[in-house]
Amino acid sequence: MMAITLFGAAVIVFVVIRIVPGNPIAMMLPPGATDEDIARLTAHYGLDKSIPEQFVVWLTGVLQGDFGTSISLRQPVMPLVLGRLPATLELSIFALVLAVIIGGAMALTGTRFRGGRTEAVIDVANGAGLSIPDFLWALVLILTLGVLYPVFHISGRISPSLDLPFTTQFYAFESILRLRFDLWWDLLKHMFMPALALAIPLAAIIGQLLKQSLKETMHLDYVVLARTKGYGENHVILFEALRNAVLPTLTLIGVQFTFLIGGTVIIERLFSYEGLGNMAIDAVINRDLPLIQGIVLVFALLFTVVNLVVDLTYALLNPRLRHA
Amino acid sequence: MRDGRGTVKRKAGLRLWLSGGWLAIVALLTLLAGWISPHDPLAQDLFAARLPPFWVDGAEPGFLLGTDSLGRDVLSRIIYGGRIALTVAVIAGLATAVIGSVLGLIAGYYRGWADAVISRLVDIWMAFPPVLFAILLIAVLGTGLWSIVIAIIVIDWTRFCRVVRAEAMNQSQMDYVSSAVVAGHVRAAILWREIGPNVLPTIVALLTLEMGIAVIVEAILSFVNLSISTDAPTWGGMIAEGRISIHQAWWVLVCPLIVLFLTVLAFSQFGEGLKDRFDPVLR
Amino acid sequence: MTPFLQIENLSAVIRGTSDRLLRSVSLEVNSGEVCGLVGESGAGKSMIGKAVLGILPAAVEIAEGQVQLDDEDLLAMPQADRRRLIGAKAALIPQDPLTALNPSRRIGPQITDRLIDILGWTRRDAANRAAELLDEVHIDNPQRVLASYPHELSGGMRQRVLIASAFAANPKLVIADEPTTALDVTVQKQILRLIREMQERHGTAMLFVTHDLGVVSKVCQRLTVLFAGKVIEQADVADFYAGPRHGYSKALLAATPKFTEPFTSLMPVDRAVITAVTAEIEAADGAWHHG
Repeated sequence: MMAITLFGAAVIVFVVIRIVPGNPIAMMLPPGATDEDIARLTAHYGLDKSIPEQFVVWLTGVLQGDFGTSISLRQPVMPLVLGRLPATLELSIFALVLAVIIGGAMALTGTRFRGGRTEAVIDVANGAGLSIPDFLWALVLILTLGVLYPVFHISGRISPSLDLPFTTQFYAFESILRLRFDLWWDLLKHMFMPALALAIPLAAIIGQLLKQSLKETMHLDYVVLARTKGYGENHVILFEALRNAVLPTLTLIGVQFTFLIGGTVIIERLFSYEGLGNMAIDAVINRDLPLIQGIVLVFALLFTVVNLVVDLTYALLNPRLRHA
Repeated sequence: MRDGRGTVKRKAGLRLWLSGGWLAIVALLTLLAGWISPHDPLAQDLFAARLPPFWVDGAEPGFLLGTDSLGRDVLSRIIYGGRIALTVAVIAGLATAVIGSVLGLIAGYYRGWADAVISRLVDIWMAFPPVLFAILLIAVLGTGLWSIVIAIIVIDWTRFCRVVRAEAMNQSQMDYVSSAVVAGHVRAAILWREIGPNVLPTIVALLTLEMGIAVIVEAILSFVNLSISTDAPTWGGMIAEGRISIHQAWWVLVCPLIVLFLTVLAFSQFGEGLKDRFDPVLR
Repeated sequence: MTPFLQIENLSAVIRGTSDRLLRSVSLEVNSGEVCGLVGESGAGKSMIGKAVLGILPAAVEIAEGQVQLDDEDLLAMPQADRRRLIGAKAALIPQDPLTALNPSRRIGPQITDRLIDILGWTRRDAANRAAELLDEVHIDNPQRVLASYPHELSGGMRQRVLIASAFAANPKLVIADEPTTALDVTVQKQILRLIREMQERHGTAMLFVTHDLGVVSKVCQRLTVLFAGKVIEQADVADFYAGPRHGYSKALLAATPKFTEPFTSLMPVDRAVITAVTAEIEAADGAWHHG
């Protein structure tokens, strides 16, 4: 199933970008290049063959771990993509964590004070979070916390003046391991706004759905029974209702997290954050076919992995499936 | 209980009026752009560059919302930008709704191999980051209004397809469909007469959401400079320019952003309001 | 000696209205005594148990009256204190064993959680106690059951677990809310016998809520008949079966096919009797509304 989806995605991208007008080779050469030069380089990159032939060559390479060479950056695609992937992963995961914290807190608070004014306020906030996409939240954040009250950085991944001792591209993760909290703080100040923009719509979805299923769970017999055992509302919500109420939300988070990762493309662009999505837009603008293919395939792979992880977590949390 | 439902309905009504009202204003302004807009949206005047909006000191009376770094009138550009945004919203929204819903109905009602193929396609589509896909398509199709419309259809038909397929599957298990089958009606007729009308409210609610999304996609594409053409006034393009001169002339970013924000909010709230009103369970 | 549970003049209404679900109910349960609470569905019999335990639905509120548990006024206490008191001294055997156990927690902790969290037992003591209790409710291989999830057990087994859990903290009062209604007929008899056995062994006071007069004759010493939230008759079981005083009670008893043979469903009560008793209640209601 997974393999078919990935293969289908690869074919579609391959065909779509092969009909891109504009010769990428002509774009990379200086204006004075002769037709002969262009033809020679085109052959060098294998772009003179038919599309099916090119696909076979590319797929053979991919299966051996070779994604070809970027035309605009003149480097192998694989290390380029792997170099940018950690930045995007860190951003997405941080955004997911933010979304779960914010959404979870909204759902729990709304359930604890259900029926009151607090819940009404939370419902309105959820509604706003749901109807405005990440792109607009990002702009609002840039205006407020970036320009009006400049608390966070509005561009880049880390301040360029800093010395970087890192050996991997997982800066935020590595800075904690190296106990360099100054660097971690700088990374956080860059990452916070793009992550928050990505997180708000997801937080609203989590808040709404989790609250709804929590409220339904609160009427169930085992929750009522727990109250007669002497437990207070907080304990009942956290230890009796939450685990069962979380399951429907969890399945939804899977799909929504892939949407969030998809959103990094434009959010990274907006914040000049040096991740995979930003690189992808450059690649499209430069008609860098091998690079586009590589990036899209990595995204597709990422999406598939996310869905797999969610399925596994679901099975782990649901005892009925664990023993089946 | 009676009271509870009353408030829901009143709230839905207010929501419909507010969001519908805003959309009507935007639609009217853009339809009458030629008469209403105070300036030519493309006319540059470098001597009148970066004039602030009317409530700030140093504003010129003729330029209500100020001018951008090339001296173009922000208000006029917003009005003309709205024309593009709404055109894209209506055309792309409708086309996406029709194509996605038809595929969804086919998959959900006929099942079998058609469902297998369509569902597989949806799965593949879900593996693409939509924004990247849209940008890629614009690179293929070239910039322009129709490219944007096509790009939105291509990336977003799955939204309708998924929902309508599930709904059609639900509906086709209902008793009234079985009795229509027993009565000997042709399958296509049943689809058209029995299932279609019941799925329609869902489609309409999704359609208004989709229009909001189309406005955003258009803004994103023009933000990445891949929309109509570089100097045509678009909300996304204005935001991109405003983003650059944010410290010198914040109004170039803020004004179109507020309009975009309200329009997207209005589309989605209008959809929610319609859903509440036409949802058979709530009604 | 004052009764262990004393309900006085308790009225409950739908929140924000004066529609009464319970109409000035007074009721006593003495220590070690089983008191039956009988009525047709909708008579409000479960509502009384819920009011005592503080688990009324959000849409229902108590309009007047007193509930005294072991000489403490429950309705006058802050909610948290009340819950702790109930957790320590009272317990519920719920109606539907299929929904009354948390599907994502193992059986063991669901029996011991109250002992550890509310009563401050050690984990080891609580675990030993849980195994002992499962033994008391005749479950073979207690350790395996303690480590199971609810879905791995049958309905009858789950009801045994819930009974064990109810008696875990040696409660002074157990409220059994139609504990056999959701079970198979074959299992009902065993569970009923088990509840009686546990009650005798622990000397617990019990409020036994049921719609089945046949069951009452097997389990209870006294009974209260309820109609539309109003107490119709209170009597010793022996006296009641010898000859109920109220017309509705007579009709109810007549509609129970053969009270020597429980577990047969009720036949409808005579319409004329219902009309009469409804008129009686309406008259009393008028007095309440104007009083």
